[in-house]
Amino acid sequence: MSDTAQPAPLIRRRPNGGPTPNLTHLSADVVSRARDLIALYPEPRSALIPLCHLAQAQEGWLTPGVMVDIATLLDVTPAEVLGTATFYDMLHTEPVGSHVVSICTNIACLLNGAVELLEHAESSLGVNSGGTTADGVVTLEEAECLADCDAAPCVQVNHRYVGAQTPETFDALVADLRSGARAADIPSHGTLNRVARTTGLQADRAEIARERAAMADAQAERAAAKKAAG
Amino acid sequence: MAITDAPKIITGRIGHADSHTLERYLATGGYDGLRKALTMTPEDVAHEVDTASLLGRGGAGFPAGRKWAMLRKNPVTYLVVNGDESEPATFKDHLLVERDPHQLIEGVLIAAYALQVSQVFIYLRGEFALGLERVQAALNDAYSHGAVGRDIFGSGFSVDVVVHPGAGAYICGEETALLESLEGKRGFPRIKPPFFPAAIGLYGEPTVVNNVETMSNLPWIVLNGGAAFAALGEGRSTGTRLFALAGHVNNPGVFEIEMVKTTFRDLIFAPVLGGGIPHGRELKAFVPGGVSAPWFGPDQIDVPLGQDEVAGAGSMLGSGSVVVMDDHTCAVRASWRITKFFARESCGQCTPCREGSGWLEKIMERIETGYGREEDLDLLLDACDNISPGLSWPPQQTTICVLGPSIPSSIGSAIQMFRDEFLVHIKEGGCPFD
Repeated sequence: MSDTAQPAPLIRRRPNGGPTPNLTHLSADVVSRARDLIALYPEPRSALIPLCHLAQAQEGWLTPGVMVDIATLLDVTPAEVLGTATFYDMLHTEPVGSHVVSICTNIACLLNGAVELLEHAESSLGVNSGGTTADGVVTLEEAECLADCDAAPCVQVNHRYVGAQTPETFDALVADLRSGARAADIPSHGTLNRVARTTGLQADRAEIARERAAMADAQAERAAAKKAAG
Repeated sequence: MAITDAPKIITGRIGHADSHTLERYLATGGYDGLRKALTMTPEDVAHEVDTASLLGRGGAGFPAGRKWAMLRKNPVTYLVVNGDESEPATFKDHLLVERDPHQLIEGVLIAAYALQVSQVFIYLRGEFALGLERVQAALNDAYSHGAVGRDIFGSGFSVDVVVHPGAGAYICGEETALLESLEGKRGFPRIKPPFFPAAIGLYGEPTVVNNVETMSNLPWIVLNGGAAFAALGEGRSTGTRLFALAGHVNNPGVFEIEMVKTTFRDLIFAPVLGGGIPHGRELKAFVPGGVSAPWFGPDQIDVPLGQDEVAGAGSMLGSGSVVVMDDHTCAVRASWRITKFFARESCGQCTPCREGSGWLEKIMERIETGYGREEDLDLLLDACDNISPGLSWPPQQTTICVLGPSIPSSIGSAIQMFRDEFLVHIKEGGCPFD
């Protein structure tokens, strides 16, 4: 064996080991927020779901290009991003409307007329659950429990609670979405957290690790002292 | 049994419109618990929580103090807060996250100090868009206030807290699935042993996972002492607890109630709590602790709201969510919908759960829509038996996590309590309630 005994990596993350590809699908602002988020985690991959939420705010869904960019930022393969994203209801790998309207039909809502509301929504919007209206404003989805059961049947628009709905109030709500009247309190799809973290990590990981070790030593000392005392 | 005048330990502040702000929090004793904790040794803080005998509020009801004690031998690396509240009809953490985020953060910091952890993750379900904003804003304020970050309140103790959004998956409420999700992966529960979080948790390091409500109790416990908390309630169920009441009641909502002293009858019918069933209808059945729990009927209405008391009556207090069904409710339809939920949320790792939930859901649909056969009842129970052998309670398990054995609860209850209703569906070829 020569000095090139190093086995070839199973996953070639960067073709030909070349330089980091350009991030062409995410805006500069998203990339900068993404880098801030990645810095908060001991392992970059932990930021995968937060980054997907961030990226979805751009076009409402995870385009193949966006997933390649996320993979590049996290140093994983695009397939790993897709693999994670397809597991979660809130991450869309196909286009959705500007407003995702989720109607819960789980037990507490079922008992309060949720199925009737969903049927009304399907007929008034002219789409089945999972479909998007022709004008691209509403994607309707039948949701599982959204944890607002005292306001049943529970409805969320872009994951903002809009309170219990009747067929009449639902039609008014859709009219408001179409006219843009609710734009202030219901941001575009994917905008999960309008409040960004203002404090960066206040120490580097090595310093935190040193502090942790010191804390553990102090704790062990106290335990030993306690044991010695009785 | 009665409604006691126990203090509102975790909902005392939410009457205020600005309960989520730092100003209101500081004006109502905010961060005093943390300041007091920082003057004590971490071991003493943990001891107070042990004395309080605070049972975990996430669903399993494991004592928080004992969970921590398991880690005292080897130092904990991470504290993870489980705010992935997705059990159907559970909406207590929703209230705490949106209306009192500082209380949650203070509890988290006290726990971090007691465990000597310098890195905390608060995992909130992604559907809590407002909750995520409220907790992040509160954290930003807490950093400015010096309550979190480097050298908090000049104590020399440093801790960083990160808010992490989920993305819509019930299974991520299971603690090992939550850790997988936090590592940026699909929410597949890990097999235990060996992957008990206390031994091999986040990034393979020892990790404590606690529920939002459990954390929110800590400021009061530190300020008032574990003994004062343990004096409330009865037996193993100490303190107060949040109960989320929904379904056919006049006044659905989240109520903080002293454990054991109050019964389901009080919760559902007392004018200051549930306020009874609308339209003068009668109680048919109720879910006592999340849809994973077997149902109760009118005969169990006087069971006290305590962990062991409900377990003794053959169900579980679980996540503390109670769903009331009146006598106009179709039991087949209700249990079909619950089964459909599990079929949709099964992560797909284990065959009994993945396949079983789908088959059960299809058979239930067939009965509800009038195409059922008489032998379907035995078929349902047989399929349930394959997921959870013996259909006993607490259930046997053939799967990696407890989602699988939760599936038969509602079907078993519905068939046991309302067998005639199933037969009417089958004989008449449709739902008699339509």
